[in-house]
Amino acid sequence: MYILQHLLLSFLAAAAFGIIFNAPKSSLVQSGFVGMLGWGIYILFTINGSDAVNATLVASFVIAVASQVFAKLYRTPIIIFIVAGIIPLVPGGMAYDAMRNFVENDYNIALALAAKAFLISGSIAMGIVFSEVINQLIRKTAFIKKS
Amino acid sequence: MVYDIMEVCLLAGKIMLQSGAETYRVEDTMERIARAFGVREAHCFVTPTGIIFSIESTEPTKTKLVRITERTTDLHKVALVNGVSRRITNGELDIEKAFRALTEVEESQLTYSTKLQILAAAIASGCFLIMFNGSWVDFLPAFITGGLGFTSVIYFHRMVPIKFISEFIGSIIIGILSYLFIHMGMGVELDKIIIGSVMPLVPGLLLTNAVRDLMAGHLVSGISKGAEALLTAFAIGSGIAVVLSFL
Repeated sequence: MYILQHLLLSFLAAAAFGIIFNAPKSSLVQSGFVGMLGWGIYILFTINGSDAVNATLVASFVIAVASQVFAKLYRTPIIIFIVAGIIPLVPGGMAYDAMRNFVENDYNIALALAAKAFLISGSIAMGIVFSEVINQLIRKTAFIKKS
Repeated sequence: MVYDIMEVCLLAGKIMLQSGAETYRVEDTMERIARAFGVREAHCFVTPTGIIFSIESTEPTKTKLVRITERTTDLHKVALVNGVSRRITNGELDIEKAFRALTEVEESQLTYSTKLQILAAAIASGCFLIMFNGSWVDFLPAFITGGLGFTSVIYFHRMVPIKFISEFIGSIIIGILSYLFIHMGMGVELDKIIIGSVMPLVPGLLLTNAVRDLMAGHLVSGISKGAEALLTAFAIGSGIAVVLSFL
């Protein structure tokens, strides 16, 4: 039930982000699905006691792969699908906590939280990069087979 | 002839860049279009604020510069230009038809009305509140705060066309509204409401674009987009911090 609620809400949120970014109407459902997939994986990892950084890395990798599949399938730029999926993973809450501790002059906790938020953003980037590398490898091998 | 090809390429590039496409995609599209029209060698240098494009032919090399000052997010236009460039490379469009198709894309309105976008921002805020383990009691406050915060960013951006200021004021308004909801007893957790409402302002597109551009080797664009994302994050953070420090 808990996971089902999260899946439904993440689908809605990602599709809403599609509207905010003016994504084509026909791709709203797909971008919602990508968002749902990413957030579902993130939740599954964090429930089972995994660190937020690892969970984000895996989730953003899956998001990027799914977006690439959709981009190939519907012949649209990959950015349309990837953006809506990535948004829930952005460490907004952690950045907020860090900011709050800075305001309260609690610099030790604030710096720790800020470092964590930075790591999570880094792992989002790494996930996207990994999937890009794999995409390039697949393209290369397909090219070699053809020639 | 060469000038016409240049015009088509530059128009395509300009629309894509203004709508928030990655820099490497802009360069790729422009070079593809040029090649489809039989240009032997075309070079373009794209940064978030301008495009330099030059075509080599039998005549002396021609170069043109286009400045980009206003950037919005309109992924629908990116997809449309992508479709047009695909048709050009398939040989379905000649130069004149391509130019007309691109002009149509440039003049087309946003896919969704501002009201619908505000509604979407409000829904997203509410959803994020629950996703970040907030309670359903806070759903309505986050819904309203997120919607009004997004509205104020759009409104202030029309008044003062500086992104930093409009985002800063928007997050101040989000902070104040969330505090008011708690004060009136309609909300429970201040932190969760603020985090949920701030999410529509988060620079997700800039962040992904920056990473993808950096990896594609577009160092200048990647770093400048990263700086823009950082500036937005800083605007949101400092706006919230201002409110928190007065509580």
